[in-house]
Amino acid sequence: MNTIYYLIQNMLPVAISLLLVALGGMFSETGGIINIALEGIMLFGAYFAALFVYFVQDSGLNPQTILLLGMVVAAIAGLVYSLLLAFAAINMKADQVITGTSLNMMIPAAILLFSKMFFFSDGITTKINFYIRKVPILGDIPVIGNMFFQRTYLTVVIGFAILIIVTLVFYKTKFGLRLRACGEHPHAADSVGINVQRMRYAGTMISGVLGGIGGFFYSVGIMDGNVNGHTGVAGFGFLALAVMIFGQWRPGRILLGALFFAFLRTLAYSVSLIPFLYNLGINQTYYRMMPYLATMVVLAFTSKKSRAPKAEGIPYDKSSR
Amino acid sequence: MENYVIEMLNITKEFPGIIANDNITLKLRRGEIHALLGENGAGKSTLMSVLFGMYRPEKGEIRKNGEVVNIGNPNDANDLGIGMVHQHFQLVEIFTILENIILGVEPNKYGFIEKQEARKKVIELSEKYGLKVDPDAYIEDITVGMQQRVEILKMLYRENEILIFDEPTAVLTPQEIKELLQIMRGFANEGKSILFITHKLNEIMEVADRCTVLRKGKYIGTVDVKDTTKEELSKMMVGRDISFHVQKDEGKSGDVILSVKNLTVPSKTHKNNAVRNVSFDIRAGEIVCLAGIDGNGQTEMVNAITGLERSSFGTICLKGEDITRAPIRKRSMEGMSHIPEDRHKHGLVLNYKLEENLVLQRYWQPEFQNKGFIKFKKVREYAESLIDKFDIRSGQGPLTPARSMSGGNQQKAIIAREIDKEHELLVAVQPTRGLDVGAIEYVHKQLVESRDSGKAVFLVSLELDEVINVPDRILVIYEGEIVGELDPKKTTPEELGLYMSGAKRDMIKEINDAG
Repeated sequence: MNTIYYLIQNMLPVAISLLLVALGGMFSETGGIINIALEGIMLFGAYFAALFVYFVQDSGLNPQTILLLGMVVAAIAGLVYSLLLAFAAINMKADQVITGTSLNMMIPAAILLFSKMFFFSDGITTKINFYIRKVPILGDIPVIGNMFFQRTYLTVVIGFAILIIVTLVFYKTKFGLRLRACGEHPHAADSVGINVQRMRYAGTMISGVLGGIGGFFYSVGIMDGNVNGHTGVAGFGFLALAVMIFGQWRPGRILLGALFFAFLRTLAYSVSLIPFLYNLGINQTYYRMMPYLATMVVLAFTSKKSRAPKAEGIPYDKSSR
Repeated sequence: MENYVIEMLNITKEFPGIIANDNITLKLRRGEIHALLGENGAGKSTLMSVLFGMYRPEKGEIRKNGEVVNIGNPNDANDLGIGMVHQHFQLVEIFTILENIILGVEPNKYGFIEKQEARKKVIELSEKYGLKVDPDAYIEDITVGMQQRVEILKMLYRENEILIFDEPTAVLTPQEIKELLQIMRGFANEGKSILFITHKLNEIMEVADRCTVLRKGKYIGTVDVKDTTKEELSKMMVGRDISFHVQKDEGKSGDVILSVKNLTVPSKTHKNNAVRNVSFDIRAGEIVCLAGIDGNGQTEMVNAITGLERSSFGTICLKGEDITRAPIRKRSMEGMSHIPEDRHKHGLVLNYKLEENLVLQRYWQPEFQNKGFIKFKKVREYAESLIDKFDIRSGQGPLTPARSMSGGNQQKAIIAREIDKEHELLVAVQPTRGLDVGAIEYVHKQLVESRDSGKAVFLVSLELDEVINVPDRILVIYEGEIVGELDPKKTTPEELGLYMSGAKRDMIKEINDAG
């Protein structure tokens, strides 16, 4: 039982990071913009948040307050970075995949350069501990308390809250309806007076916000406060894209996808705790390939049925039909 | 002074290289159905897009009830009570009917959509006007006719008083067309004003009060429909007399070119076979028309003959050679030409230039390539000769992107490519779909010329006029079976209709054996 609790406790921060970034991708793509740049956006958000944490960590503020403030910083940074993609894709009608790729390549290099110049290191390591050993009262609930309110991070609660908000916005508001129309049939949206470009900007900016937060949560929950230019976010931006496709651009299914990939990853890193897997005698490195291998397998089997927003990746042009 | 609800005065709209609307004036009275007639590319849709705020004109003004108004986008048009049913439906497939209707004018509280209220209004409207829809059905699951009802409900939901219908009947079945025209008449009687874009003269005669005619971007005139005739209107539209009868002599049929025996093709949409045990022959020098209501197996049969789809049983022979399993290239080289049903999907590469499209069937021949390199000079010369010979009109000649050409000229390009290449059999599937009278006359002339030069022509058509006027023999298909062979000179539309609807059938066995 303890092993299961351990797995869940370790899995959730990973899942939340994937979840937020995948939801970000969902907003951008249902609006019609392919966001390959999620990896870069995550790293950009994470780095600025880490910088912020680095400068306030000695001020005596409550760690959870710092986490919330850092989240805001990451969101703003992600938003700013996503504007580059939005401008290139929407105003300049550039190829979205290539733009995204270049945005991804720029960030690790910039982080290395910046960190070497000012910190004589290849990244930033903060020393604040955001870890929550046990939430008062809630942590004492049997089973559920063990799973969700012990040995965890504030990020998990925030992540689920964001999921609920996002789902409501996506399905219940006029903004959500209009955004989805823009990714599916922008001409139809235009013909009923919706400003397609503005909606696409909004979608991409939301993906920047969620991507930035997801990046910060990754560094908090998985890297123990370290952000560097070598490992970056270890392909989590791309993994999140896979989660998004696996989730068929729907929030509920994206959550399932995020949990699935996070579970595989956690399992891979916890092999020594599970006697059955440990006794197989397979080199643990192979287990760590699992989430990435699973991505390929899952996508290969689901992509045939997969239904992406019809107009994604196509710059909107009024006159073409 | 007469009371007009909308006046479009001296509108001029230019696109690069073309004046789409040249000083056009259109006046719409309250409560009338005003037809806007013109060939493809005459500027009808452009003019309506100007009125609907999709384009801004270079010159001219628009007045509503005598006052000058400024329409910069569809929102402005909507605020003035102008609504439009677009030729290509503007519906989001993955949304429900209700979501599509409210899109852009969602009733909401703090941004959250209030669906119940909207649903009530939509149901009320649909009952009032007899536009039956299920608000929770998804667009991708409903028929084209119902999609159009959704488009109409969109306008009614926005309480529009001026309704623009851009070629609304092009995609409908005859029954649906009848219903639509009645609905339009109902709107007019209620005081709504209707602009009806079309190039179908019968519909204008049936339902419109007045008609404005455009030709090549210019205003030709406005007439009262009750004082005019079809012939007069078509003359205004095309600029010359159009004959509604296909001129042709008695055909001289020769050897069997295409021989189909016991052909059976499975269906992709249902479990039964789409084509069932069909046999027939087509000889050189004759036009054989496969007539039937859409969806009775015509598409599958043509696909099997042209190689786009595999048959499950039976043989297809071209000039005595079995081609049942032959690849498409082989069929083409053996002398089969194909004017496909869907010219965008199977006829042209829309992003290619006209000249590239014209050599699609031949670019690999020594005439046009050397060791894998295409001889572009030769291609250009060839394209120019075809453009000249077949009168293909386009903005930049051989360099025009196929996408930007009008439907009629796209079809001319396909016909030029398929007829100019060496062939014995021409398979023409709905070759006049969506074309205007001038272009239809042209296509029919080409088919007859092809026949007269000794080719076998296999025409598939849904249009009764075409079925009766063009071919030498008619085969009627119903639920995948040939139910009758008719002589176009002896049959009547009524008799044909009975066969097509399955109410009458000959002994199939006999025909097939005799065939």
